[in-house]
Amino acid sequence: MATVEIPEDMELVYKYPESLTERHTHYCPGCTHGIIHRLIAEVIDELGVRERTIGIAPVGCSVLAYYYFNMDFAEAAHGRAPAMATGIKRVSPGKVVFTYQGDGDLAAIGTAEIIHAANRGELITTIFVNNAIYGMTGGQMAPTTLPGQVTTSSPMGRDVETAGWPIRMAELIATLPGAAYVTRQAVFDVPGIRRTKKAIKLAFQTQLAGLGFSMVEVLSTCNTNWHMGPVEALEWAKQHMVDYYPLGDTKVIDEVKALAKGRK
Amino acid sequence: MAKGMVIIDEDRCKGCGLCVSVCPVHILRLAEGRFNAKGYRPVEVTDPEACTGCAMCATICPDVVFTVYRRRRQPRQAAATA
Repeated sequence: MATVEIPEDMELVYKYPESLTERHTHYCPGCTHGIIHRLIAEVIDELGVRERTIGIAPVGCSVLAYYYFNMDFAEAAHGRAPAMATGIKRVSPGKVVFTYQGDGDLAAIGTAEIIHAANRGELITTIFVNNAIYGMTGGQMAPTTLPGQVTTSSPMGRDVETAGWPIRMAELIATLPGAAYVTRQAVFDVPGIRRTKKAIKLAFQTQLAGLGFSMVEVLSTCNTNWHMGPVEALEWAKQHMVDYYPLGDTKVIDEVKALAKGRK
Repeated sequence: MAKGMVIIDEDRCKGCGLCVSVCPVHILRLAEGRFNAKGYRPVEVTDPEACTGCAMCATICPDVVFTVYRRRRQPRQAAATA
């Protein structure tokens, strides 16, 4: 990058987060994984916990997340990130442990692990990226695929008679006593991205305060497998996903509410 | 005088155009007939003087292409005498 002179009266308002490595991601142009990676990195920078954070990477498009986060990372077997995070957190309670999982990882093959980790109230944070499709394997139907949505394995659109209904994970996890903070956010526009960052921060603070399990479901896009342009995909998601997956908190225990209040 | 300034790390850019769609002053576009090391048309600023330093481009960018600067607000009196 060419060096540019910065006028003296200009102040820096956005810079590359320390918690991301310099490596370029392999994600498709316009993929919201990049936005969500960046938000997590910004939050970890702001909380000043990078040196003691351990992330767990999933299987799926974000399988290589450990290349992009500038911190310790482990790679779990498909869907088993919450189980691995449980083990790491229990032997090293001083660490900040989070899992980064997609909908195939968390809502299909790893459903048991996430439910039991949440139910046990493990002091971990899960970032659940829901883009309603299997990205890495070529756009097949996921448990979170919308009714009628066309994928390579539901070419006539998801038929709920045979394929069942999409799973609302944020609502499901919210019913478990061990969960302290569960929310659903979306990165479809700038205000949504800002709200998502706030939610991710509160989720990590919930863990730091030892209040219980925290999860942020982030509605995202897969423009490649939805066969759309990146901007068009954000619009489509806004129009179709939010109806089935309403945004907002599904569970906030009183202690987390106090935490959020104290933060302002 | 421009209120803000962005520095673009062109080789990180994948030309997705999300920043172009959110820039409130419409000064971003994808380069015409020019490609970066990855083979994408990188984003470029058409009118640097119009930049407000709002950082919306940096907020939506999936590839952390932008570094954003904003001019400090002058104290009122100083601004009046300037």
